[in-house]
Parts: sequence; C-alpha cells; structure tokens
Amino acid sequence: MTTLIRDPRTQFGRTATDLLDEDLSTALVIAEISARFFGGALRRHPDRALNVGIREQLLVNVGAGMALTGMRPIVHTFGTFLVERAFEQVKLGFGHQGVGGVLVGVGGSFDAAMAGRTHQTPGDVALMDTLPDVAIHAPGTAAETEEVLRTAVAAEGLHYVRVVEQTNAESFAGSGLHVVRRGAGATVIALGPVLDEVLAATSDRDVTVLYAHTVRPFDGPALRRLLTTPEVVLVEPWLAGTSARCVTDALVDVPHRLLALGTRRMELRHYGSPAEHQRAHGLDAAGIRRSLESFLAA
Amino acid sequence: MVDVEDIDRLLTLMTGDEKHSLAALSTLDVIRVLYERVLEISPETADDPRRDRFLLSKGHGPMAYYAVLCSRGFFPESWLGSWGTFDSPLGHHPDRNLVPGVEISSGSLGHGLPLGVGTALGLRAQGIDARVVVLVGDAELDEGSNHEALEVAAALGLDTMTVVVVDNRSTSYAVPGRIAERFATEGWQVTTVEGRDHDALEKALSERGVGRPNAVVATVLDRAEVAA
Repeated sequence: MTTLIRDPRTQFGRTATDLLDEDLSTALVIAEISARFFGGALRRHPDRALNVGIREQLLVNVGAGMALTGMRPIVHTFGTFLVERAFEQVKLGFGHQGVGGVLVGVGGSFDAAMAGRTHQTPGDVALMDTLPDVAIHAPGTAAETEEVLRTAVAAEGLHYVRVVEQTNAESFAGSGLHVVRRGAGATVIALGPVLDEVLAATSDRDVTVLYAHTVRPFDGPALRRLLTTPEVVLVEPWLAGTSARCVTDALVDVPHRLLALGTRRMELRHYGSPAEHQRAHGLDAAGIRRSLESFLAA
Repeated sequence: MVDVEDIDRLLTLMTGDEKHSLAALSTLDVIRVLYERVLEISPETADDPRRDRFLLSKGHGPMAYYAVLCSRGFFPESWLGSWGTFDSPLGHHPDRNLVPGVEISSGSLGHGLPLGVGTALGLRAQGIDARVVVLVGDAELDEGSNHEALEVAAALGLDTMTVVVVDNRSTSYAVPGRIAERFATEGWQVTTVEGRDHDALEKALSERGVGRPNAVVATVLDRAEVAA
C-alpha cells in the first residue's frame, strides 16, 4: 500500500509510480505535465514510462497502441488536453479499437482559476459520458485517489480518473452510492469533491445525503432503494446536468422532481481562486443552500 | 501462391463505390508485397503476440486489403460479395473487432502512425522484436497527428517500425520531395521506390535501419499520369 498524503495529485504520482514498480504490464504515458512526479519512474522504467513531449494526440494513441499489445496504460495530462483536445483519439484509439486504459486528467473545473478557460475542463465528464462503458471516477480525497487508481488499473476497459485539488474531509471506500446521512425528506447526491459543501448546506435539514466518487456507472438501484420523498438534488462539480440522465433513468417509473446543480455554461472570464470560482457557480455551501431552499419551497 | 488473376477476381467480387476503388488500387501492390514476401503474418498466428503487425492507417479503399486478407485465408471469399451491407463484417472502412487479421480499425485519417508508435513501444517493453508496418497515404500526412508521431518514433529509435507512404499525389499543396525530406530530417531511414515494382518494394520494405525507424515512399501514379 502506498503511503498516503493529502494532495490528490501528489498521491496520483506516488500510486502510479508504485503500480509501475509492482506490475510489468502497467505503462505510463505523459506529455510533460506532472513530469516532476515521475522522475524516478521514467528513470527506472524507460520502456514502460514515457514522456512524449507536448503532443496530446500522440499521448492518447501511444497509450492505445500499447494497450493493443496487451499492456495496461495510464495516460496523463491536464484533463482539458487529454479529454477535449484529444477526444477523437480517446473515442477511436481506445473506444472504437475496443481496448482499455486509464486516463487520468488533472485540473477539473476550478484548479486553474488563475490560468483561465484554456486550462479548465468543466465539460470532461459530459464528454466522456458520450462513450459506451466508460468508468468515470472523481475521487474526493488522496485516499480515494489511491483506491480508484488501483481499482481502475486492475480492472479492464476504459477508465477516466478526474484528479483535482478540492477535497472532502472524509474518504469512502468502494464504488456505488454511500449513505452519508439519513433523513426523512429530499435526497441530495454529492458526486466527487463537493460533499463538504453539501453537508454544510444541508446541516439543518432533515434530508438524506448520498455520496459517490465513482460516478459512472451510476448507482441507480441504490438511489431507488434510498429515495424517501420524491425530491432529488444532484450536486456535481462539473457541467450542471451531466448526471441528470442517470437519475432520470433510475427513476423512470417514479414521479419525482430533480434539481441538477453544477457549473454553469457561461464563461466566467474571471481569475482568482478555486473557491471564488466555486462560489461564482453557486457551488459553495451558501450557493447550494440558496438553490435547495428555493427548490424545496416550490 | 496467389497470382494477380486471383486478386483481380477477388476485387471484382466487391462492386461499386468509385471513390474507394481508385484508392484501393493505389495500395494493392504494397499490401500484396507485405503479405506475400515481407511480413510474418498468417491466420494461424493472428493472435500470436510475436506476430508482425500491419496497420492500414489509410482505411479508405480497403478493397485491396480485403482481397489480400481473403487470399491469405483470413476469411472466406463468400464475405466479399456482400461487403458494406448491414450484416457484413466488411465495411467501407475496416473494423478490427469484425475482421480477422485486421490490426486497427481505421477510417479517420492520422491515427495509424501514432497507434503504430504505441504498438512498437508496447512490443519493445515486452521484449518482442516483431515488426510494425504502417501504411499511410500522402494526403493523410496533411494531418498534424502524424508529425507528432514521426518525431517521437525517431527520437525513441523505434527501429522495428516502418511507415510506407503510398504517394499517389493526392494531397493539396504538394511540394515535390517533401515527404522523404520530412522523414529524413527527423532521422528516419528513407527509401523512395516505384510503388508497382514488387521487387523494389520487397527490398525497401525488408530493410531495417539500426536504431532508427524506416520510411518507404512508394510512388504510385494514377492511370491519367501514366498515360501522359
């Protein structure tokens, strides 16, 4: 087991390095980004750990090509360049060829607040969700990052791991929806590192709070089982509505109302801190509380 | 041994689609030479990790490819007549999940060479010395993704890799000699041959640089140019 640290991205570097040391079939492909975490791995495993330079299209297809020979590649750069810039390589190199791998994107919606739109990827989960049978993980802590990376590398198929700086206080082991709090009223689902904001926003309400770090496949059966009153609130730190279809599918024969919170489509065109961006999208505790109040009062 | 009449007969089983037929003919000789004289690939070894790999990146015009695969016994002749129909495994671009012997599903240009680099790296990491041959078209090299790949293939010394460029001068904005120079500049071993000459193709495609990848530019003029 890898020594745990607090920062999910540093944890990713350590766990990926350990996986390379442990298993000869694991490969790592990077495109300059995060090279500082992988100096030892690149030196120790020159044939399996590769830096292809600032070439994201090649990055993804090199991973896919290695997968074609039976290896299990971890393919990594900023989420926006991995999933959005090189999406056709993801779609065809992995998806259409029918080979698997583990794509790890850093940055998410908020980490690059000061860097601006070019380095932000609020649409990554929605885009990956257009492909069949992709597992999508949004770990909320360093411990969850370690767990989902190990699980994804050991599994088959295509996985996307979204590593960001925002974290929750508590870690949850295992995929599926976890019951964080049980209440008599609405069901609030926190996906990834928004759980602490959701708990703060609902502290004085008699609601159920569910949490998942593995967001695809979505645990629809658990939602059906745990639903009490027919109000569902979805909170996800990427494009609002991304997981609404999963809730709709899970509750297809259950009359319900759904509030889907996430980042808004408009461009902020502001810099500053990740916390300021979360607030601007209404995803801080106060913003979630306001949306929840008006939804439940309706 | 398959003769040219056999291949012609197999090709005529696949009818229609003018756009694809011209492209199919430009690649026919290269693919035949690879399967008949150069690469170690057969239906019996199609799943052997040590087999040579042929990646048809230019997935347009797969008629020649299908005809050669069929002639080598990868699938029955009866598949050819119904190609492109709903239940046929043979589409107008090949799918590795449907056709025995097809290494990559192609069609969108600019993916085969990068996938070939990954394949060569994956084989190297596993200590397998098999060859990886990627066929691209001259116009396909318009796609920038190829240039990411050919730079890194040379930088990493992938000498198991060969790219054969079927140059039928179909690119817009052609510059004479650019393709060979482009590869040579990056450190590839480059040979330019007449793309219908089987002996010349065999020699060029059989050569392997030491510590550097190989490019073969196979020049194929269409009928109009030959007549002129």
